[in-house]
Amino acid sequence: MRIVLDIWRQRGPRDPGRFVRYEVPDVSEHMSFLEMLDVLNVGLVERGDDPVAFDSDCREGICGMCGFLVNGDPHGPTHHATICQTHMRHFADGDTLRLEPWRAAAFPVIKDLVVDRSAFDRIIAAGGYVTIRTGSAPEANAILVPKTDADRAMEAAACIGCGACVAACPNASAALFTGAKISHLGLLPQGQPERARRAVTMAVQAREEGFGHCTSIGECAAVCPASIQLEVIARMNRDFVKATLTGRDEAAPVAVFPRRGPAGGGG
Amino acid sequence: MATEARPEQPPARASRLGLLWESAIGKKALMAATGVVLFLYVFFHMLGNLQIFMGPGQLDRYARLLHASPQLLWTVRAFLLCALAIHVVAGVQLDLSAREARPVRYQELRSTHSSTASRTMIWSGLLILAFVVYHLLDLTVGVANPGFREGEVYHNVLVTFGRGVGVLAYVVAMVALGFHLWHGVWSLFQSLGLSSRRVTPGLQRFAAAVAVILTLGFSSIPMAVLIGILRP
Amino acid sequence: MDLDARIPAGPIEQKWQRRRYELKLVNPANKRRHRLIVVGTGLAGGAAAASLGELGYEVLSFCFQDSPRRAHSIAAQGGINAAKNYQNDGDSVLRLFYDTVKGGDFRSREANVYRLAELSVNIIDQCAAQGVPFAREYGGELANRSFGGALVSRTFYARGQTGQQLLLGAYQALQRQVAAGTVRPFPRTEMLDLVVVDGRARGIVVRDLVTGRISSHAADAVILCTGGYGNVFYLSTNARGSNCTAIWRAYRKGAWFANPCFTQIHPTCIPRSGEYQSKLTLMSESLRNDGRIWVPKTGGDRRPPGELPDADRDYFLERMYPTYGNLAPRDVASRAAKAVCDEGRGVGPGGLGVYLDFREAFARLGRRVLDDRYGNLFDMYQRITGEDPHDAPMRIYPAVHYTMGGLWVDYDLMSTIPGLFVGGEANFSDHGANRLGASALMQGLADGYFVLPYTVGDYLARGGLARLDPSHPAFRDAERAVSERTRHLLSIGGSRPVTHFHRELGTLLWEDCGMARSRASLEHALGEIPRIRAAFERDLRVTGSGEELNDELERAGRVADYFELAELICFDALHRDESAGAHFRVEHQTPDGEAQRDDARFAYVAAWQWNGPITAPTLHREPLTFEHVPLQQRSYK
Repeated sequence: MRIVLDIWRQRGPRDPGRFVRYEVPDVSEHMSFLEMLDVLNVGLVERGDDPVAFDSDCREGICGMCGFLVNGDPHGPTHHATICQTHMRHFADGDTLRLEPWRAAAFPVIKDLVVDRSAFDRIIAAGGYVTIRTGSAPEANAILVPKTDADRAMEAAACIGCGACVAACPNASAALFTGAKISHLGLLPQGQPERARRAVTMAVQAREEGFGHCTSIGECAAVCPASIQLEVIARMNRDFVKATLTGRDEAAPVAVFPRRGPAGGGG
Repeated sequence: MATEARPEQPPARASRLGLLWESAIGKKALMAATGVVLFLYVFFHMLGNLQIFMGPGQLDRYARLLHASPQLLWTVRAFLLCALAIHVVAGVQLDLSAREARPVRYQELRSTHSSTASRTMIWSGLLILAFVVYHLLDLTVGVANPGFREGEVYHNVLVTFGRGVGVLAYVVAMVALGFHLWHGVWSLFQSLGLSSRRVTPGLQRFAAAVAVILTLGFSSIPMAVLIGILRP
Repeated sequence: MDLDARIPAGPIEQKWQRRRYELKLVNPANKRRHRLIVVGTGLAGGAAAASLGELGYEVLSFCFQDSPRRAHSIAAQGGINAAKNYQNDGDSVLRLFYDTVKGGDFRSREANVYRLAELSVNIIDQCAAQGVPFAREYGGELANRSFGGALVSRTFYARGQTGQQLLLGAYQALQRQVAAGTVRPFPRTEMLDLVVVDGRARGIVVRDLVTGRISSHAADAVILCTGGYGNVFYLSTNARGSNCTAIWRAYRKGAWFANPCFTQIHPTCIPRSGEYQSKLTLMSESLRNDGRIWVPKTGGDRRPPGELPDADRDYFLERMYPTYGNLAPRDVASRAAKAVCDEGRGVGPGGLGVYLDFREAFARLGRRVLDDRYGNLFDMYQRITGEDPHDAPMRIYPAVHYTMGGLWVDYDLMSTIPGLFVGGEANFSDHGANRLGASALMQGLADGYFVLPYTVGDYLARGGLARLDPSHPAFRDAERAVSERTRHLLSIGGSRPVTHFHRELGTLLWEDCGMARSRASLEHALGEIPRIRAAFERDLRVTGSGEELNDELERAGRVADYFELAELICFDALHRDESAGAHFRVEHQTPDGEAQRDDARFAYVAAWQWNGPITAPTLHREPLTFEHVPLQQRSYK
């Protein structure tokens, strides 16, 4: 089949960018969306043009590196799947598809459809972990975890960090991403000692990165390829409000990485 | 030994509410809390209003009762005004910062998974705010009411709804209120962290029911005037 | 000369303890004065960088992805082995050790494997404490499943996303150190050369993939945890970005490359659907627990699978290996599948596929039970192929999955270049000629959390490291060489994109040096590779510049290294005139078609030394002795 593409082309962060129209004539319905772009790129290189830059790595929906909007839908029209796991059989011959990068102040465009998501790394660094020295762990079965808690924690931990939640949110909020990690660790006994501190430091860092606030709209959960549920945000809100009001002064509401810190969040 | 390289500074403000105000989640929680206050007020306001169907005497008696103690009245009014101010200022501030969070707009963003009500909270909110100002000038202060008589609520209401403009403004505002509550009454549970996958469907149904009841309840009065059930 | 792995003396149970006692320690006050470079942020690299940072060293952590969390360890589905014996089914460190040595077909180092089995229990403790949401029993204890033909149930798992959860655990530990200021992350940065000064690894040259800037970083030791080289075959289950450049550059700088021909083929992958295919997707091996594998008895049978009666089906694994049946080891199952396809009995487009049929399991256990077990895999299959495994059998085909070979390392995981350590899939150490299921995660984390933090410290404590910074001429030279290589790739100015050459090389390697190899096929490959490389040198086209994000340029550099690696793989495969594990030379098979080892001639690790682009590499042997697991013929009949 034949596919027409309107792709966002932007040479670098300072380039204003624009949509450019391309045509891919021989698309097989078995191709993945990214393989279709590979074919386009091969043609572009053969013509001596600059290929379209897009991020991808594992191409099996787990690494979270790929992602852009197809006709206004993050990761394309099939929900709960990444764009690398979306196949061309979901499109029709002659379709015109508009490809646009994630847009958020916290996700500056690097080139074409590639954006910088290091803000997510800094949010995790701000508190998305359990402090446990290598080698100091107790025997694994010494701490029992009820199966339902483990299952719920796993659901939240399934987040792949792709950024579709931010892309879909009218406020460019990172609440689903942040809430998923806070929920994952907050549901497990191992995560309890730092629970209050974590909620505060991660939420403060998310704010510092320039993400918007959550208005419970639900677009994020609807497009999430890992099917993270909206309730993780409620859990984050509860932990945050509780931590602030009960006033365990474990965490200062100061960002771990102040805005416009070094790229990549180094020391 | 791996020590934290970044010494933690003590919080700049001691006030816990201040800390809430500083953060986005805290601000949303305060909006939720004030939202509860405003919602309860609106609900009882509706119950009060519906006494209009029991005749002019009942409604005016009820109005006099509310005005019986000026201290109490002004305390309540101040409290409500504070709640309103927090709710509005927080909402506007968050909305403005959300605009900064996406400086370059999408050419196209499909929002098919969320309700229109949820995406237009700021507009329904501002519409309600504008209406509240008009409403106070119309029926409390009286300057916007051509036939205002102090203390004669039944009369004043009928004057207002005797004019098409009055009916229109009122009904539009009540529809906006319905939209606002439809999302807001559920969302506030989410903001306070009280929702979960178990209770969320119930909360959403409750919010929708509340929105419909309040919109219909309030709107029944101008409608009744319009079709002549209530007459001077 | 024989290679010395510096294995501690003493009984095997005490070797690691003994080594830890012998290790020199770094004065805590001096740790932050030691700068370490860790390349790669997968299970081994992430865990090592986090643990070394926690110890107080200054760590620079590099990855080519946009975040350390994307490393390909994330895609491991099945699980991680540990000799916890929680199931009370007779497991022990000794048994895990035994299974791993035997599974590796007696081409791994006993001492290393024993340490791996020993450390497996600590890994589970560590990860559970980090909050890895392992599957649990109703009583709250950790759940296990049996995996990869093991007779005990020792595999720990987190749904079908065990690799993801273990990696996120390591990543979070790493980010904690980033916040603490001990680890400095360098995402979207690719290592393009190793810098050796006075015979020691002292730094790396990297390219910033966003700006194209080439720069150097000096350190007291370099740790490579950069994964395997399966993408030399073009199509594999590896991530698209996975590559051999880091270890290949180290090889060219003097690190020896061990057992490159030991490449594992995984039997249960989704077959390719066309020329455009960019990667292959693995379906968890656990599917073989309930699915039956078959092809039509006669080639060219075009009936839909559902219409074939049992009489016309050949359940070839059950027929050939009655005891293990569909659960035969990976290499055995893969070869059998290729054999029936070569006979023209394959199914699906191109005839490269066999059926994995759940019809009987659905009848026996019901849809609900099976969906509970494999629901996410069924969904994944349907998403990719558009076919519903509930209606028709799945089609599967083997694909390159893991590379047991890698840089040679001693017991301390140090390569032949002092100060260059190698962990995880990038080294050759623990899996011999064949890796067992659920062992890769175990090895990566053992190396990263529990071996490297000790042994690297010992190297530093032994001193003799002069202060050095990137203004040293060795760094300038390496930078110049890297810039020159980049410029060269951009300047060829031919007509074909890099994918074309990569695909051609990979197809050749798959045909001639894939599941089954022969002297003739390997000689053919060795004759063809220079031809493809010459075409690459003549006709490659890389558009854009070196000063920007340029995926084509990155891949061109990697493919250039694959040509040399492919030659080494074939060279090694040709020299290893026996069959062992995943290395199957058709000349050497038992009457049943099993791999026939030649322990008298080949019970050694083959470590190759680079001698320049034209000269053949030099072979060094590390003899392998088996004192605890008696040499025996693997049999899965």
